[in-house]
Amino acid sequence: MTWIPEVASNLASKVDGVLFVITVLSLIFFLLITAILIIFAVKYRRKRDNEETPYITGSEPLEIIWTVIPSILLIALFVYGFVVYKEMRTPPADAMDITVTGKQWLWTFDYYNGKKTLNELYVEQNIPVRMVMMSDDVLHSFFIPGFRVKQDVLPGRYVQLWFTPTKIGTFDIFCAEYCGTGHSVMLGKVNVLSPEAYDIWEHGVPGQQGQAVASLPPAELGEKIYKEKGCNACHSIDGSTLVGPSFKGIFGHNVELSDGSSVDADENYIRESILEPQAKIVKGFQPVMPSFKGILSDEEVTAVIAYIKTLK
Amino acid sequence: MANHSIAHNVYVPFLEKKGFLSWILTTDHKRIGILYLVSISLFFLIAGVIALLMRFELLTPASDFVDPHTYNVLFTLHGSIMVFFFIVPGLAASFGNFLIPLMIGARDVAFPKLNIASYWIYLLGTAILLFALLKPADTGWTFYTPYSATTNTDVVLMTFGVFVLGFSSILTGLNFIVTTHKMRAPGMTWHRLPLFIWASYATAVLQLLATPVVGITLLLLITERTLGVGFFDPAKGGDPILFQNFFWFYSHPAVYIMIIPAMGVISEIIPVFSRKPIFGYKAIAYSSLGIAFISFLVWAHHMFTSGISETAAMIFSFLTFLVAIPTAIKVFNWTATLYKGSIQLHSAMLYALGFIFLFTIGGLTGVFLGALAADIHLHDTYFVVAHMHYVMIGGTVMGFFGALHFWYPKWFGRMFNETVAKIAWFFIFVGFNVTFFPQFFLGIQGMPRRYASYPAEFESLMALSTYGSWILGFGILIMAINLISGLINGEKAPENPYNSLSLEWQTPSPPPHENFEEIPQVTDWTYGYGKKKELEV
Repeated sequence: MTWIPEVASNLASKVDGVLFVITVLSLIFFLLITAILIIFAVKYRRKRDNEETPYITGSEPLEIIWTVIPSILLIALFVYGFVVYKEMRTPPADAMDITVTGKQWLWTFDYYNGKKTLNELYVEQNIPVRMVMMSDDVLHSFFIPGFRVKQDVLPGRYVQLWFTPTKIGTFDIFCAEYCGTGHSVMLGKVNVLSPEAYDIWEHGVPGQQGQAVASLPPAELGEKIYKEKGCNACHSIDGSTLVGPSFKGIFGHNVELSDGSSVDADENYIRESILEPQAKIVKGFQPVMPSFKGILSDEEVTAVIAYIKTLK
Repeated sequence: MANHSIAHNVYVPFLEKKGFLSWILTTDHKRIGILYLVSISLFFLIAGVIALLMRFELLTPASDFVDPHTYNVLFTLHGSIMVFFFIVPGLAASFGNFLIPLMIGARDVAFPKLNIASYWIYLLGTAILLFALLKPADTGWTFYTPYSATTNTDVVLMTFGVFVLGFSSILTGLNFIVTTHKMRAPGMTWHRLPLFIWASYATAVLQLLATPVVGITLLLLITERTLGVGFFDPAKGGDPILFQNFFWFYSHPAVYIMIIPAMGVISEIIPVFSRKPIFGYKAIAYSSLGIAFISFLVWAHHMFTSGISETAAMIFSFLTFLVAIPTAIKVFNWTATLYKGSIQLHSAMLYALGFIFLFTIGGLTGVFLGALAADIHLHDTYFVVAHMHYVMIGGTVMGFFGALHFWYPKWFGRMFNETVAKIAWFFIFVGFNVTFFPQFFLGIQGMPRRYASYPAEFESLMALSTYGSWILGFGILIMAINLISGLINGEKAPENPYNSLSLEWQTPSPPPHENFEEIPQVTDWTYGYGKKKELEV
C-alpha cells in the first residue's frame, strides 16, 4: 500500500505538488509547536510549590512575527492552490467529450461514437477527455482518486471535469457524495487503453467486423449484456453470494422475499427485478440495486432472461 | 438584581435543595448549567456508542454487521446528535451558564427565567428527536437536498427537532450577550475579563446571528417535503446548491460556536497551572472576535466541488486562509504562556496541552482543505472526517474534558481521583490518535466518507481505526466512572485548590445560591500571576 494513489493523469502530479508543499510546511509548524510544548513542559515543570515565575504579559514584536510570517505563507499557498485549480477547471479545446449520467446507484457513459457503457469507462491514453455530467435523481460526485479529479453531479444541470489519462491500467471510480442506501456500491472503473487497444474497443477486432449484435442468439446476447452492463459485479453465475443473489439455478425456482412472502422466479419476476428492483427484495439482501429502466431495451431484457434460463 | 438580604446569611451551597421540581423550575444559572451538562453528556455517550457500532461495522470491507441502510441511519444519528444535541449547546450552555456570572462577579445571568426557558426548549427539541427515532432519517447530518426531499425516512420530524433546538441556542446567546454587557462587577472592565468570557461572548454573537439561518433553511426543507414547494428541487425550478449555501452559512459559523468556548477554557487552564499571566491577552481576546467575524465569510469552502463558479471558489478559498491566522495566533500565545512557568501537569492541564497538540493537527489539515487543488482530491473523503474530528474531539471535546476536570471541585464541591484521571487521559489521547490519524491516509488514498462497505485495499487502515476507537471508548469509560465516583465519595474540595486569581474561585465550593456573599470589587485583571517588576501595567 502506498501513501497516495498512483499518478495516472496529467493533473495528478500537479495536485500532488500542492499536497506535498502543504505537507512540508505543516510538518515544520507542527514539529516546532510540539517541540516547544514538550521542552517547556519538561524544563519548567513545577519542582516545588511557590516557585517564583516572571510576570510576562506579551511581546509585540513576537505577535507581529507570528502574525506576518504565517500570513505570507498562507497567501502563497492560496495562490499555488488556485493556480493548479484553474488548470483543473479549464479543459483544452480539443478534449473528447463523454457524457456521464449518475443515477442511484450506477454510472452510464455515452461516447461520441454512439457507444454506451455502464460503470466501465473507456478512455485512450494521452487523449484529453472532458466529462459532461448530469444526475438523474439526487446528488452524486464523480471521483477518480488516481486522476485526482472530483466533481459533484447535479440533477437538471450539466457540470464538467477533464483530465488526460497518462497511465495504462484500470482505476477506481467512486461516488463521493452520499446518495442513499446503495451509495457505497456505486462504484465504477476507468479503463485506460493504449491507442491500439482503444481502437479495438472502438471498432472491434479486425476480421470479426460486421458480426452485428442483433444477430446473436438471445442467450449469447444476454451473456454479453451480463458482462458489459455490470450485472456480474453483484450477481454470480456459480452460486456464490455477492451483493445480490446468484443467477445460478434461479429461474423457475421459488424465491423467498424479505417481507416473508415468496414468488416464483418466472420471466415477469425477472423483468420486474431488472426494471423495478425495489419492488421485491430477496430475503437476506439489501434494496441497493439500481433500476435498468431506460438502460436496457425490452429486447435486451428478454436476452438477459434467456441467458439466466441457461444457468441451471 | 442586587439582593443585599443574602449578605449576612449562613452559607448554603447551591446544590443543597433536592427534588425534581427544584431542578426543572430552577432559575439558578449553576443548576441550569448542571441540567445542560447532564443532558449533553448523555447525548455524547449515546452518539459515542453509535460511533463504536459504526466503527465495528467498518472493521471488515463487507457490509456484514448491519445492513447499508442501518449504517446510513447510524451515521446520520451520530452526526446529528453530536452536532446539534451535544457540541453546539456543549460548553457554551453548560460551562457558559455556570461560569459567566461567577467569572464576572454577578449573582446570575441577566434573564434567569429566559435561561430556564431555553433549557425547556432544548428538552422539547430532544423529545421531538426521540419521536423521529421511530423512523430515523438516513440523510447524513447535513440533510442535503434533493435526497433529503425524497427519502422516505422521517426527515421532517428530525429537522423540526433541530429547528426547535435553534431557539434554545439563540436565546442563550442573547442572554449571555446582555449578561456580559450589563452584569459585570464594579471594576471588571472589558480588558480585565477572563478570556473564557471573551470567547463566550464571541460564541453568543454567532449563536444569535447564525442560528436563525439554519432555522429558516430547515423550515424551507420541511415546506418542500410537506407542501411540495420547489425551493431546492430542480424539477420544480429550485436549486439544490441553494440548500448547501444556506446550510453552511449557519454550519460553518457553528463550527466556531463549538470550538471558541473550548479555546476560552484553554486560556483559563494554562495560566493557572503555569503560574504565569496569559501571553498576549488582547491578541487572544480579539482573535476570538476576528474568528467569529471571518467565520461568516467562508461557508462555501464546503462546496468547492459542488458546482459553484471558479470565481466564487477563489474568493472563498482566500477568505478561508484568512481564518487560519487568528487561530494560529492563539496557538502561539498559549505556547508562549508556558515559557519560564512553574508547570503543574494536573489532569486539566494535560487536556489543555492535548488540545494544543491535537488542535494544531486539526488546524493544519484544514489548510489542505482550504487550498483549492488539494481540496478537489480530498473533499468528501476520510481526510475530511479525520480533520473534522481533530477539531471537534481534539479541540472541543478535549476542552470540554479539561473544563470538567478543572472546574469540577468548584461546581460539585468534591475532588476526583487525580491518578485515575491521568490514566484516563492517556487512553483517550492515544485512542483518539489511533482512531483518527490513519483516516488522513485513507482520505489521501481516496476512501470516500459515508461508505457502509468499502474496497478491500483500505482494510488494514480501517481496522486500525476501529481498534483505536475501542481504546478511546475505554478511556472515556474510565474518565466517566472516575468523575461519577468522585461525586459520591470524593474528598471535600477547598475553596481554591489551584490558587487561581479568577473570581469564581474566591467563593466557597460549591458556590452559594447567589454566588458571592458580597459582590466583589475588581482591582486587577484575572491573570496577575508571577512576580511583577516595577512599572508594569
